[in-house]
Amino acid sequence: MTSPLTLPARLIRALGHRVTDNLISLGIAARFFVALLASSAICLRRPGLVVREMYFIGVMSLVIILVSGLFVGLVLGLQMYDTLERFGSGDIVGMVVALSLVRELGPVLSALLISSRAGSAVTAEIGLMKTTEQLSAMEMMAIQPVARVVAPRFWAGVFSVPLLTSIFNVTGIFGGYLVAVHLLGVDAGTFWSQMQSAVDFRIDVVNGIIKSVFFAVTIIFIAVYQGYHATPTAEGVSLATTQTVVKSALVVLGMDFVLTAFMFRGL
Amino acid sequence: MNRQVLDFWVGLFVAVGIAATVFIALQVANLTTLQRGAVYTVQAEFDNIGGLKVRAPVKSAGVTVGRVSDIRYDSDQHKAVVSLAIDSQYQFSADTSLSILTSGLLGEQYIGVQSGSDAELLQDGDVVWLTSSAIVLENLIGEVLFNRAQDGGTTQ
Repeated sequence: MTSPLTLPARLIRALGHRVTDNLISLGIAARFFVALLASSAICLRRPGLVVREMYFIGVMSLVIILVSGLFVGLVLGLQMYDTLERFGSGDIVGMVVALSLVRELGPVLSALLISSRAGSAVTAEIGLMKTTEQLSAMEMMAIQPVARVVAPRFWAGVFSVPLLTSIFNVTGIFGGYLVAVHLLGVDAGTFWSQMQSAVDFRIDVVNGIIKSVFFAVTIIFIAVYQGYHATPTAEGVSLATTQTVVKSALVVLGMDFVLTAFMFRGL
Repeated sequence: MNRQVLDFWVGLFVAVGIAATVFIALQVANLTTLQRGAVYTVQAEFDNIGGLKVRAPVKSAGVTVGRVSDIRYDSDQHKAVVSLAIDSQYQFSADTSLSILTSGLLGEQYIGVQSGSDAELLQDGDVVWLTSSAIVLENLIGEVLFNRAQDGGTTQ
């Protein structure tokens, strides 16, 4: 192999290297996911572990979710009213705000916010535990780190994200209500009735919740995976934390398109 | 952190989250009016349904009394067969007429119900014969232009 390869051969080898590399990490992630599910029984035996993590993932994310939701709703109300009023249909601003929040903006924006606020923290925490060899120490004491450290964080995230998404939606709709009714003078009755006639429980609300569950599993799995497989150095943990936020954002946005195509294609 | 304080905050968070979901279901999606336990279905044939869609409202005197539950095409008669699920608390006479109307100039299409004078009432599975089709804007414009052309021809 010492003979200098021609450029095309090197390019093909680089391509093959990338493909096998990605396949290997995909396989590792899949095995990690199965191991995670297999050792999740501890969450039922010791629910206190999940409650503790729900505090850090769910309760601590409340402030950013409430503030972002409110302001997204406020801006959405202003912008939509401005455009709709050109067609003389400013009254349906409530419907537009509710539909865009429940279907798209709620699940996607909360997933992005939570992955930056809580996902990165989970990665850094697990990565630092690995760097300081706490995970190895646990294994020495016959405690499975996947069960004791990873599974509670995973399930806490899976429970927290849909709840945070609902809270985000409600504050967003409240923001839209404030702008439309109290600032722009839309009738409150029209605001709600237009919304209620257009938002369908099965098609819009349930699909939004399904989306947020998918996003929850994705972002929190990326977070624990990146942390658990981080290179155990300061640099490795920092890289893993960055990767968590970047990959979560890309996967959430890509998945959102696929899910939307399946859910709302018929409309 | 103290376990009790932790439990309190997580409990509050879960309660608020569930309350938000319930709020969306009831206030935003208005789930309460969707609990249609008792409906009866009648069918009607239309020459042209325009842009009518499944789940479009069925209104009588402006009040929503039901929903369009199904739209099929009858290839023998070349007509659209529309099934209407009407709330059982609303009764209409057997000679009721149906027409496809549009709410507003560019709004969604719905079925208007005009009750007749027959003492007999519509039953589940009945077929309504008196129907008038949707007004297709292009046909209407075509007709107007055609009439104008005819008038112009005679006066000049």
